[in-house]
Amino acid sequence: MTHDPSVGVRRRHLPTSWGGAPYLLGLPALLLFAVVVIVPLAMTVLLSFHDWGQYKGIEPVFILKNWREVLSDPYYGEMFWRTFRIALAVTVLGAVFGAPEAYILNRMKSPWRGLFLLVILGPLLISVVARTLGWALLFGGNSGLVNKALVSLGLISAPLPFMFTETGVVVALTHVLMPYMVLAVWAALQRLDPQVENAAVALGAGPFTVLRRIVLPQVMPGILSGAIIVFALAASAFATPAIIGGRRLKVASTLAYDEFLNTLNWPLGATVAVLLLVALVLIVAGASRLVERRYAQVFG
Amino acid sequence: MSKNGPLALCYHALFVAFMLAPIVVVVCVAFTPEGYLSFPTDHWSLRWFYAIGRYPEFISAFWRSLWLGALSSAIAVGFSVPAALAIARYRFAGRDAMTALFMSPLMIPHVVLGIAFLRFFTEIGLGGTFVGLVLAHIVIVLPFALRLTLASAVGLDRAIEHAAVSLGASEATVLRRITLPLIVPGLMSGWALAFINSFDEVTMTVFIAAPGTETLPVRMFLYIQDNIDPLVTSVSACVIAITVVALVALDRAYGLERLLIGRSVDAR
Repeated sequence: MTHDPSVGVRRRHLPTSWGGAPYLLGLPALLLFAVVVIVPLAMTVLLSFHDWGQYKGIEPVFILKNWREVLSDPYYGEMFWRTFRIALAVTVLGAVFGAPEAYILNRMKSPWRGLFLLVILGPLLISVVARTLGWALLFGGNSGLVNKALVSLGLISAPLPFMFTETGVVVALTHVLMPYMVLAVWAALQRLDPQVENAAVALGAGPFTVLRRIVLPQVMPGILSGAIIVFALAASAFATPAIIGGRRLKVASTLAYDEFLNTLNWPLGATVAVLLLVALVLIVAGASRLVERRYAQVFG
Repeated sequence: MSKNGPLALCYHALFVAFMLAPIVVVVCVAFTPEGYLSFPTDHWSLRWFYAIGRYPEFISAFWRSLWLGALSSAIAVGFSVPAALAIARYRFAGRDAMTALFMSPLMIPHVVLGIAFLRFFTEIGLGGTFVGLVLAHIVIVLPFALRLTLASAVGLDRAIEHAAVSLGASEATVLRRITLPLIVPGLMSGWALAFINSFDEVTMTVFIAAPGTETLPVRMFLYIQDNIDPLVTSVSACVIAITVVALVALDRAYGLERLLIGRSVDAR
């Protein structure tokens, strides 16, 4: 999905090992991951084919009942469509508002640059529950601060419902995931040579032309890789849609949670989760491939 | 490099306000003197901070989160040292696959991991136990520990090790006296980043924590699901304060930018 720069660059300096040393070194972690990641994931896939009944519980048989139900019942179709619709909206908002901010941040002078980078990236490490609680307080029904501010600014005439709506989930999730977008664009901006910008200005380009013809094409890979990360995280987000969306506005992750901890229909919950995983892997892998192919030609 | 215009600075101010608003609101409401959710207007009060003391489940969840984070991050660092040395120093069949496997917890949605762990731990009799929580957290924070360990292992100057060998040091001595001491800063920041991620994790943990093994974010989440009152804002304010202190310390010690850039999919 994303490549660690440290992995590829130094490869030609490395000794090729035909012996067991690297495997021996990697063995403890490999064993851990085989037992604690691969086995549980395989069990979950298997679980999605099991039967379940109110009184009989989970029956270890191999049937397609859950998959048929999830793929044919329009309730699940609507729920998955909502999940990806929210993720797409969050991604677009993140790119539209996050990319310019990264650019502004990059042009700041020394003390401010570091300070605001800390202020904007810091929330990434603050508990997502605390941040979402903040939005729940800001939205807080008709008397919430956001509505008061919007009405007093004359932007809206009547309070908008934010709590328990898709709009609210999108706003809060955009806030939660915004640092990833700023980070990705920021990283792309660091690789940019300011002399190219200066050359364009010296050749008579206006600031808008420089932005559109010089800066944007060069940071586009950063925006796109940020978009992939934000989309994947938004589509699988749990705490924010659970708190802001409430019990009625279900997305894939909150529905799976309900099936597991309230309805106790584990096989159905596992089906929803596996489908989410498969859909995300396909979308993210496809998008990454597309981005890489598009920009491999430009930057070689 | 040209400067930002007034319009850009206005945009920047609005953006920063947007990023800080929910955090500031939580902290302000935590100081309310009233018995309901409101902004402190004429005076501030600590009554909701004292109130936390009457809810032992928050206190015990806090200590559990602290232990869980410290323990699982330390074990994750322990696993990532040899793995990082293998990836940084050798070219071997399956090297990329191994790296991808160790980084995979970043890409698998935490809901899916939570479900998988719940099923797995229930089957092997670790359901709802602290041991189960530690195992699950080791796996989800390992990518963070590995990334920073790997960065310092790659950046290590091999000439120092070669010098030690040419002066007669054995392989074990080189590892103990040269290699490990040189990557210690990377290990410490890897531990810190892993700790923060474990301390904040809620999506996966909510599946596998039982009453009695709930972590602080899980306790907060479940509390908010029932009702939102000033108590949960004061608990959140404490969590925010702790994170900010850790953040500033980490920024001074290692540089937040270095810590976060290259950090990819971390599902929440």
